[in-house]
Amino acid sequence: MVTASASDPKPVPTPDNVRVEDDDQPIATTAAELGPLYRQMLAIRRMEEASAKAYSQGKIGGFLHLIIGQEAVCVGATAALEKDDYVVATYREHGHAYAKGVSARKILAELYGKKTGCVKGLGGSMHIFDKETNFLGGYGIVGGHVPIAAGAAFASKYRDDKRVTLCFFGEGASTIGGFAEGLSLAALWKLPVVLICENNQYSMGTPVYRSLAVEDVSLRAVAHGMARDRFDGDDVVKVKQRIAEAVERARTTGEPTLVEVVTYRFRGHSMSDPGLYRTKDEVEEWKRRDPLNRSRARLLEVGMPEADIVALEDDVRAEIEDAVKFAEDSPAADEYKKYVIKEG
Amino acid sequence: MAVISYREALNQAMREEMERDPNVFVMGEEVGHYNGAYKVTQGMLQRFSERRIIDAPIAEMGFAGIGVGAAMVGLRPIIEFMTFNFSLVAIDQIVNNAAKIYQMSAGQFHIPIVFRGPGGPAVQVGSQHSQSLESFYAHVPGLKVVMPSTAADAKGLLKTAIRDDNPVVFIEGETLYNSTWEVPDGDVLIPIGKGDIKRAGSDITLVAWSKMVWTCLDAAKELAKDGIECEVVDPRTLRPLDVELIVASVNKTGRCVIVEIGWPVAGFGAEVAYQVQKHCLDALDAPIERVTSEDVPMPYAKNLEDEVQPQVHDVVAAVKRALYLEA
Repeated sequence: MVTASASDPKPVPTPDNVRVEDDDQPIATTAAELGPLYRQMLAIRRMEEASAKAYSQGKIGGFLHLIIGQEAVCVGATAALEKDDYVVATYREHGHAYAKGVSARKILAELYGKKTGCVKGLGGSMHIFDKETNFLGGYGIVGGHVPIAAGAAFASKYRDDKRVTLCFFGEGASTIGGFAEGLSLAALWKLPVVLICENNQYSMGTPVYRSLAVEDVSLRAVAHGMARDRFDGDDVVKVKQRIAEAVERARTTGEPTLVEVVTYRFRGHSMSDPGLYRTKDEVEEWKRRDPLNRSRARLLEVGMPEADIVALEDDVRAEIEDAVKFAEDSPAADEYKKYVIKEG
Repeated sequence: MAVISYREALNQAMREEMERDPNVFVMGEEVGHYNGAYKVTQGMLQRFSERRIIDAPIAEMGFAGIGVGAAMVGLRPIIEFMTFNFSLVAIDQIVNNAAKIYQMSAGQFHIPIVFRGPGGPAVQVGSQHSQSLESFYAHVPGLKVVMPSTAADAKGLLKTAIRDDNPVVFIEGETLYNSTWEVPDGDVLIPIGKGDIKRAGSDITLVAWSKMVWTCLDAAKELAKDGIECEVVDPRTLRPLDVELIVASVNKTGRCVIVEIGWPVAGFGAEVAYQVQKHCLDALDAPIERVTSEDVPMPYAKNLEDEVQPQVHDVVAAVKRALYLEA
């Protein structure tokens, strides 16, 4: 049996000829490419921090799952898309929605349960949807959303519209039937979808070695004759480039890809989880690999002046402060009967 | 007006709607090359090709979800369950996704999808293949639930369901496929939410849907020999329910028997009974009677299977109780 530790995504011997390696070479980039990606990641982090603060003040209710630490995955992957492409995600989707183009105002107002939220206070943290940006939703029951993504891709194939669908999920979702069936049908029918497993190494509080017999999720592709890839997700440019390969495959050949990106969430599963199942050393080790610090350092390396970076950071701070104020000042949600059955 | 089978009526409805709208497609197990496990999609692969008549492997959760995703972005899928028993492995897609996405997205995405296939007890196929699940789906806001009893209703309602912008659970009578009925020619649609009087009568109201309409009509014939005139009300759709039609009938007759082939506990008939007592209390001359299957998983042996399900004599007995003719 071939296994690989998820925390150490070194090259693994594979029974197929698909590229699965991690060479850790510095990725060539420019300030023009990396700057906007860094800005998005930073905005997502500041938005998540603002959410956590509002949650602790009782202004946001229910479940709140933060993506802090994993920002490079949704930002890098979404950067590989065209505007009309689709994204489907789980309940940990604020970052994915932002990266796809949903404003921090609409996201935070939704978390606050306000009328101005992207779904008018009906969905909350776990159910962000936005038609304008083709963000097809945040799904609270994972696995079942994989066939939904395959369905959007099916429609693209049916209409030959050349769109690609990205589907995000954690390694925890790789054990449920919906994932298995979505994977199987996407492969069988050659649907233009990229299935992105964000392996943050914990399914809530359960580490991969206690939930997966084979810790390399990407290997599931092999049984279906599907292309796959596996790499670590600290470098946003690397994520963009590797997902772009899969997106290109989907767009030109219609073939799906299963991509596993190894990452880490710095906080607990949700706000109510202190994360006692992980050692402080482990968390600190991953924080040293913080994708934001890495990108910031790289921006300086590729010639972006410090003053420009600071200006960008100030701009992000203002954007999130404005979004918080917007959410705070917005009117309460006021409609729950209108969107049950579509009339006419 | 042609006399055709329930099966043929469904086939015609799908063909006509697929001719009309290129976004409509059929997906399910054995719907194409095999022509349908119950032959409802007979000949459709030849007409519409593999692009629109799609044989799926055994993966209801998967292909029901593909239908939901395709519907989100503008297609109009017809998802066939070989039987509704198998819909239970896809219920997450139906209840958590199809029924809720319109609400979860605050109206940005709607799900024009039909989940169809045979339901209700079949004949000697044991408990896993012989049950009535409409009460499960009728419980869920965001879904419409349709259960036609005749070929004409099957055609008119399926055409409407395919054009509906909401998820429709369309449960066909597994033992009705060969039944025949006069079906109007052409593009005749029957609105979802409108019931139908299948037999007019003045003494008592029988409320039943799908196969039980036929059982009630047989019981009504028998009771007519004793001078008892039954009105048989077929709501045709359980959600939304045509409460008005049922109430008008009971207000006229003063008595009501609700006949369903499902289990008694939390069965849909209990909801009908609630509506009738709420709206017709002053008109009722007797307690509302319910006839259901026994509260057991379906047995295999023919004699036991018959004993478990409502029969004509059970309906006759319930009517006589409601008329205080028998204890």
